[in-house]
Amino acid sequence: MPSTVELRGVSFAPVLSELSLRVGAGEAVAFIGRSGAGKTTALRLINGLLKPTGGDVLIDNVSLADSDLIALRRRSGYIIQGSGLFPHRTVYENVATIPRLLGWPAARTRDAAAILLKKLGMPLERFGDLYPARLSGGEQQRAGIARALVAEPALLLCDEPFSALDPIVRRELQDAFRELREERGATIVFVTHDLAEALRVCERVVAFDAGRIVADLPSRDVTKSNVPIVRQLVESAVLP
Amino acid sequence: MTREILRVTGEHLLIVLAAVGAAVVIAIPLGIWCTRHTRAGRAALRVVDVIQTIPSLAMFGFLIPVPFIGGIGMRTAILALILYSLLPIVRNTVTGIRGVDPKVREAGIAMGFTPRQLLFEVELPLALPSIIAGIRIATVVGIGVATIAAAVGGGGLGTFIFRGVAMVDTRLILAGALPAAALAIAADLVFTAVERRVRGAVPS
Repeated sequence: MPSTVELRGVSFAPVLSELSLRVGAGEAVAFIGRSGAGKTTALRLINGLLKPTGGDVLIDNVSLADSDLIALRRRSGYIIQGSGLFPHRTVYENVATIPRLLGWPAARTRDAAAILLKKLGMPLERFGDLYPARLSGGEQQRAGIARALVAEPALLLCDEPFSALDPIVRRELQDAFRELREERGATIVFVTHDLAEALRVCERVVAFDAGRIVADLPSRDVTKSNVPIVRQLVESAVLP
Repeated sequence: MTREILRVTGEHLLIVLAAVGAAVVIAIPLGIWCTRHTRAGRAALRVVDVIQTIPSLAMFGFLIPVPFIGGIGMRTAILALILYSLLPIVRNTVTGIRGVDPKVREAGIAMGFTPRQLLFEVELPLALPSIIAGIRIATVVGIGVATIAAAVGGGGLGTFIFRGVAMVDTRLILAGALPAAALAIAADLVFTAVERRVRGAVPS
């Protein structure tokens, strides 16, 4: 069951002030804006990596302050730029991390990992025993996606996951990501500075500027927006 | 004479291994603690630094009058060596843990690792090569410093050296110095091999 995410007047001094936002179950929202606008900080407030200095973050209508963060994080997927794979663990061990924390039986973990890695073009038989250092950037990112998705998270948080990749690989991964999303249906918050990517992956766009939310609109209306930062992003983007 | 040299070399090794062993047990937790409490950790590192600057002969001298833990004999020698071994191990533990890629640490936290799981499954394994390098340095330095232990009746290869100096007998000095050098080189080789193996298991 996908989660809901709600920010109620959330501040994180001095970066963010008074953010309010509700993300419905199964919705995919892109946080866009220039570097330093506060997108990543907002994302890190959602899984409790940072604590707000004001306001409240709610997941499934429960405040993070009253939640078991460890349990919550095990039900969430987190994908970051550069993948953050454990360098001392093989691809399979990396992917199996959350199932192991959750105490899944080995066979269940193996099946889930095999299906997912195959879909991402990294068959377990060939890649499972490799260490991350042996993978290309794109392969590392695929493994990172598999690691985040393997335990079927209710919430998926992505921080510029594809930004460091070349355009062809980026496109491939965006497509793979979209397919997986249609199949599994988690709630998604997706930070990116690439508007085209935001429109390809998400149906709703929230624009940040100087620590505030300045626009919140369906992806299809982005080109009609009059908000300066959105117009700038539209003008500088190569739209699909 | 050969037999005597072997016995004393064994004694020397025992002093160093006991001291480094005890230092590992103290220094690794201390190093971890330093990474968790930045301010107090810096102060602790400073103290360990200062200990290192005490000349070894003076250190043994200081410990002789200390009741219970000091005095004349092997115990004092081991105690002094423990103090000397702290610095490289604490420092390398701190360096190793601080050197873990922040993204890797963040990914661990974001996946729901408890602080303990993060330490034992991510931070310590990745810091291990650095920690072993610290133990290697402590051991090699300890083998040298332990020769001074004879000055407080601690035994070991220093016994020959001090006797040789007193009698102006170069052969007796060499009977202490050569095995000590050989031990140091052997320890260096062994630990370097271990370090390489561990590093190999953590491809980066």
